[in-house]
Amino acid sequence: MSIDFDKALGVHPEALKLRGERTRILAANIANENTPGYQARDIDFSATLQEMLQAEAGRTGPGAPGGGDGGNALYRVPYHSSTDGNTVELGVEQAAFAQNAQDFQASLAFLNMQLKGLAKVIAG
Amino acid sequence: MSFRDIAHIAGSAMAAQTVRLNTVASNLANADAAAGTEAGAYHARKPVFAAIMSDGGLGGDGAGAAVQVLDVVQSTEPLRKVHEPGHPLADADGMVFYPNVNPVAEMTDMMSASRAFETSVEVLGRVNAMQQSLLKLGEG
Repeated sequence: MSIDFDKALGVHPEALKLRGERTRILAANIANENTPGYQARDIDFSATLQEMLQAEAGRTGPGAPGGGDGGNALYRVPYHSSTDGNTVELGVEQAAFAQNAQDFQASLAFLNMQLKGLAKVIAG
Repeated sequence: MSFRDIAHIAGSAMAAQTVRLNTVASNLANADAAAGTEAGAYHARKPVFAAIMSDGGLGGDGAGAAVQVLDVVQSTEPLRKVHEPGHPLADADGMVFYPNVNPVAEMTDMMSASRAFETSVEVLGRVNAMQQSLLKLGEG
């Protein structure tokens, strides 16, 4: 019987990757807060994660595509539209960014716990 | 996932907001600079921002865009034309031209720019913390 590291770590490595991607998208929204015509983007986290996991499960060889670019970013619907066509609302983006950063730390903590458990198993 | 991309995006936003603050400072400094001709008078400057759409990564159709300053344009608002015959720069009719700078609009622009700059700094700080803790993964 051998330990399968991919299985042992569960959903967390994929979740961490996705959190990182989402950070980039939210950072872009915040950066373009004053750009006329810019439309804020975001991803549906759980749907994209599901997609990534399915892609992972369907993977046959090491060369097969793993997730990461399977999800597609959606456009955010603003609470108030502005005259210049920009749909970034700083408060919304800041809240999403902070929440996402916190979730990233949570994923990291879970991953750390799993790794600690594995290390214990190996060391005996 | 790349933290370098995020740093680039936040950095571009900070650079763009700095240009904006620069124009605000220039506009406010020259708000009362009189001139004898319409062409010679100072016109308020405004930066034009545009998103640089990037490909690659999640949502390759441009989710994740840095900012660039396309151009700095001069305002086309009418100048303030004042009748001041005693002014050394007055023309033959005794008219002087004052810049079309709106100090109230400039002040709000300044607040908006500095807030946006601060937000970008915050983003960089957060991303830095995330990267630091990622480096410590597995250390226990």
